[in-house]
Amino acid sequence: MYLCAAFLKMRGLWWKVGCLVLLAYVLVAGLMGPVPARFILNESIRNLYFHVPMWFGMIGLFAGSCWHAIVYLRTGDIRSDIRSVEWLKAGVLFSVLGMVTGMIWAAYTWGEPWSNDPKQLGTAVCMLSYFAYLILRSGVADDEKRAKISAVYNVFAFAMLFPLLFVMPRLVDSLHPGNGGNPAFSNYDLDNRMRLIFYPAVIGWFLLGLWITTLRIRMRFVELRRDGLLPASPHA
Amino acid sequence: MPRLLLSFLLCLLAAGASAQESRPDMADGLRADGKIWVVVAVLAVIFAGILTYLVALDRKITRLERDDKRSF
Repeated sequence: MYLCAAFLKMRGLWWKVGCLVLLAYVLVAGLMGPVPARFILNESIRNLYFHVPMWFGMIGLFAGSCWHAIVYLRTGDIRSDIRSVEWLKAGVLFSVLGMVTGMIWAAYTWGEPWSNDPKQLGTAVCMLSYFAYLILRSGVADDEKRAKISAVYNVFAFAMLFPLLFVMPRLVDSLHPGNGGNPAFSNYDLDNRMRLIFYPAVIGWFLLGLWITTLRIRMRFVELRRDGLLPASPHA
Repeated sequence: MPRLLLSFLLCLLAAGASAQESRPDMADGLRADGKIWVVVAVLAVIFAGILTYLVALDRKITRLERDDKRSF
């Protein structure tokens, strides 16, 4: 395994190969595997393996971002601030992909791409708050001040996800499965055949987001070390 | 009277059953002539491209980190 890593010149080989294997499996099994036949959804039920993991991935990435933000507040280490931002950017990417794929799916199953569905709205609000985070950051020149403000904002933005995405859609009428009195996928349609592909999909897509994040962080560290803004860290 | 009621109920049952005759349309056509594999192939190529890019980027960054470490 060490020889493999040395040969391929990559760090953290095992989970990256894992990501690759999982996504390849999800791709093939996702399209070829058996799924329940449902009116309105038809074959698009397979979107469960692609659209939904975007959101799970987003939550995971935003959670990581919030974690590093809190670490920054406690230690003052600017590297945690950098980690926090890059995790967040990957989360934003996933949220955009999730929203777009959701709208495509909705166009064919709900009749229109935007239905003012509570979950759609809640998600849009959360995405806007994270866009605002990025804009806020670009407006502050001083590194330390930027990091502090960002970290505090991050915690609030993350906390907002829960009421807006999980609580509110369940309390009102909603088109999304699992909300507003609809049976969740897990009750009716998520039979075990789909679970076999859905769970690996969630893990695989999240690992992809993680890969992108770690690459961006390492790139930033290389840049900052070369500019002399970071001490040469032990190769961690 | 009970017989009338029974036949009425049986009619309702029959009506209910006939309403569920049609099955949701699925991509059976694409499966039957094997064209579904075209869809798989297209997406596989896209995936392979993205992952190749990621691996290349990963290797480049690893090389940069190693060079930095050496020069210190």
